[in-house]
Amino acid sequence: MDRTLGFYIVQFLTGLADASALFLVACGLSLIFGVSRIVNLAHGSFYMVGAYVAYYLIGFFSEGGCAFWAGIVLAAVVVGLIGVGIEVLLLRRLYGAPELFMLFATFGVVLIMQDLSRWLFGAEDLLGPRAPGLAGSVNIRGTLLPQYDLALILIAPLILGVLWLLLNRTRWGILVRAATEDREMSDALGVNQTRLFTSVFFLGSFLAGLGGAIQLPKGGANLLMDLNTIAEAFVVVVVGGMGSIPGAYLAAVIIGELGSFGVLVFPESTLVLMFLVMAVVLVIRPHGLLGQAGAGAHVAFRAAEAVLQPASKKLKLLGLACLVLILVMPVLVGTFQLVLLTEIALFALASMSLYFMMGPGGMVSFGHAAFFGGGAYAAALLVHYLQTPMELAVLLAPLLVGLLALIIGWFCVRLSGVYMAMLTLAFAQICWSIVFQWGEVTGGDDGLLSIWPSQWASDKIVFYYLTMILSIGGILVLRYFIFTPFGYTMRACRDSALRVDSIGINLARHQCLAFAVAGVFAGLAGGLYVFSKGSVFPDEMAIPRSFDFLFMVLLGGVETLFGPIAGAAAFTWLHDQISRTDFWQLILGCIFVLLVVAFPQGIVGSINVRWGRFFANQNH
Amino acid sequence: MTKLLEVRNLAKAFGGIQAVDNVSFELEAGQLLAMIGPNGAGKSTCFNLINGQLYPDRGGITILGQRTNGRKPRDVWKLGVGRTFQITCTFSSMTVLENVQMALLSYHKQTRSLFRKVRRLYVNESMELLELVGIAAQSRRACGVLAYGDLKRVELAVALANRPKLLLMDEPTAGMGPAERSQLMELTSAIVRTRKIGVLFTEHDMDVVFTHADRIIVLNRGELVAQGTPSQVRANVKVQEIYLGTGKTPGTAFPTS
Ligand SMILES: Nc1ncnc2c1ncn2[C@@H]1O[C@H](COP(=O)(O)OP(=O)(O)O)[C@@H](O)[C@H]1O
Ligand SMILES: [Mg+2]
Repeated sequence: MDRTLGFYIVQFLTGLADASALFLVACGLSLIFGVSRIVNLAHGSFYMVGAYVAYYLIGFFSEGGCAFWAGIVLAAVVVGLIGVGIEVLLLRRLYGAPELFMLFATFGVVLIMQDLSRWLFGAEDLLGPRAPGLAGSVNIRGTLLPQYDLALILIAPLILGVLWLLLNRTRWGILVRAATEDREMSDALGVNQTRLFTSVFFLGSFLAGLGGAIQLPKGGANLLMDLNTIAEAFVVVVVGGMGSIPGAYLAAVIIGELGSFGVLVFPESTLVLMFLVMAVVLVIRPHGLLGQAGAGAHVAFRAAEAVLQPASKKLKLLGLACLVLILVMPVLVGTFQLVLLTEIALFALASMSLYFMMGPGGMVSFGHAAFFGGGAYAAALLVHYLQTPMELAVLLAPLLVGLLALIIGWFCVRLSGVYMAMLTLAFAQICWSIVFQWGEVTGGDDGLLSIWPSQWASDKIVFYYLTMILSIGGILVLRYFIFTPFGYTMRACRDSALRVDSIGINLARHQCLAFAVAGVFAGLAGGLYVFSKGSVFPDEMAIPRSFDFLFMVLLGGVETLFGPIAGAAAFTWLHDQISRTDFWQLILGCIFVLLVVAFPQGIVGSINVRWGRFFANQNH
Repeated sequence: MTKLLEVRNLAKAFGGIQAVDNVSFELEAGQLLAMIGPNGAGKSTCFNLINGQLYPDRGGITILGQRTNGRKPRDVWKLGVGRTFQITCTFSSMTVLENVQMALLSYHKQTRSLFRKVRRLYVNESMELLELVGIAAQSRRACGVLAYGDLKRVELAVALANRPKLLLMDEPTAGMGPAERSQLMELTSAIVRTRKIGVLFTEHDMDVVFTHADRIIVLNRGELVAQGTPSQVRANVKVQEIYLGTGKTPGTAFPTS
């Protein structure tokens, strides 16, 4: 294709058109976060459902200009109502709960909506209908631009204007802004929070649905839209600045143009480019381009702050009993269960390493799969290209991931709370897109195969013992670290940045090291995992995997040292039970939601409340 | 005598508010210097400028002969500066003892150690500090459940952990009863005399100030209005106006004679 001026203009306009849908979904996310402090992961799902519902509504209304636009608006209203339903039935019960649990409930909704969409709308990608009257193209100096793109370009500023009026010129808007800027203040003013939250949820979901619907003629509808969109919307919200609607537009345009022009320069790495921009913006302007320091920074995902207690005699006895059970397991169960137990042990180690960051470190990572998957890929690549023996690969993988974690950590520790969590997600997506898009080296979607253990460890029972030794050893070492000066320093950094600084401790440096330590152990788990499976695929680095680990930690309870193990066991067992059924994501999502509602302290946390006295130290 | 702290023409504004306006003073070793002034006078801002938490708009700060403008609090701490906060700031998930141990771990450059358990590190040294400030009996309690006055003592123990030469205490006796206040200030004077350190403190109880301070500086709306010995300050007309005229003084009344 000729690179004339017209070409560049069209490329630019395409970027603007792409920005529109992204802006709509991002500003919905931003509005909901601002008022309710919920990071709504289901927002991408709202977007996806908006596209599907619009497709069927437009088809139902049959032809005609009116039908098209009516279908789009109606689809957005339907999605808005779905959002209200979720808020009223689920999230409203959780407003007092820790932010992370709310986040998790919304991830449950993602899974549920994914499977429901597959069931209702089918697994095939749908091609969107054309907009009547806008089906043609305009010729810009020799290059064609679809007319519908022009409509898209106009819609975003229009909505931006309407939102601005709504937020600045109505009483409702003033309440929304007050709640966003100062939650306690608006509490004190006696604003009816419940109604405000519900209405904001409606508007936010409506905008997401509208975004999905208007991009239908361009992008159609498919089942991958939910997670792809939520990741992009995060980027837009964070780059633009949490809570800033003009910021969201600016960022959407930047991301849109980046996609449009980036594909010309780096056709293989458009995803990497987007997340790289986010990382750079956050390092230079930690609160986003137009964001203010206040909004969002407070959401710190704080775990309960209990004084650390060494394990009591009874707890040690319980641990010993478990060890004996693990030792004799190969006699009791078959190979199949041994493989499952191996997997549980590795996930337990990985989630313990996440807990190490989250609990004592107070740093939530949405991207722990980067470290786990990174370890798996590091080992697999070593074996595949350098014929490295297993022993060396399992040793090198954690070190390489530790290095990776140190680099990622260096960026992330400049931020805190949700911003930090989102940056970890961004970096995990960078890692994921590298292995996904760089097919020649990593095998891309097909993964790397035939990565088997050394001869001596190839027996399932031997490998079982090897895994148990390394993962239980790793878990105990991590637990020991929590009681050492470094572990205490991490907790000090979590408790009070001000105090830490005034007693001469470099907070960023210690947090960065905590990233590295967590990375080493997650990398060890990943390195072993690849040998237990014999292969590795990009899924090990993808968002759902990161959330698996988060869920294991939360399931166990963030305030307990052995929670992650219980969480990993429960989750992996559960996953194994349901993953053979057809709609397992639906089931898993429902379980997530129910567990969060029933046990806001996690399983072990809840046991702690009931049985804590029994296991407590008697000498205090 | 060496100058511990020299503040020259210090200024800091927040938006339109000139919180600290052209303030200069000095502090020598072995001296207890009180900074007084009504609420909002800029006292805490002065503290934050001196320990590096805030960056001054203008002026210079010299601690032990080193210019510290723009240095981070942790670097200022390394020069031998301890500080307590107006609103107490401790590690709430740790016990009283562990809070002090944390400061000692930092002082002994052990914060990155992954080998020994904290339970056995610097316990005696920490207990000595806790005994000094009078809360050794509460050493095993979590800081999160302590009374406010006790937290102030924990902060003092933490601030003393790096054997500071300069101690900055922002309202060290807030939340304490009158008897406890004088007792804590007597303790502070004793530390000043025996260790030959310098203390800059703020305090609303004028009895405490005039009994214990060697020198006093008075701030009002960010400006330094008077400085000198207690009797000089007491005789100062401007100071009397600030304290008597407005009637807004928190704490006890200004002792005129
Ligand atoms: N971080 C800040 N941002 C904006 N204004 C501040 C900030 N800190 C202090 N101020 C203002 O500066 C002035 C001095 O405050 P401060 O130093 O706390 O006084 P004091 O400690 O003497 O009571 C007050 O008017 C206060 O509102
Ligand atoms: Mg003050």
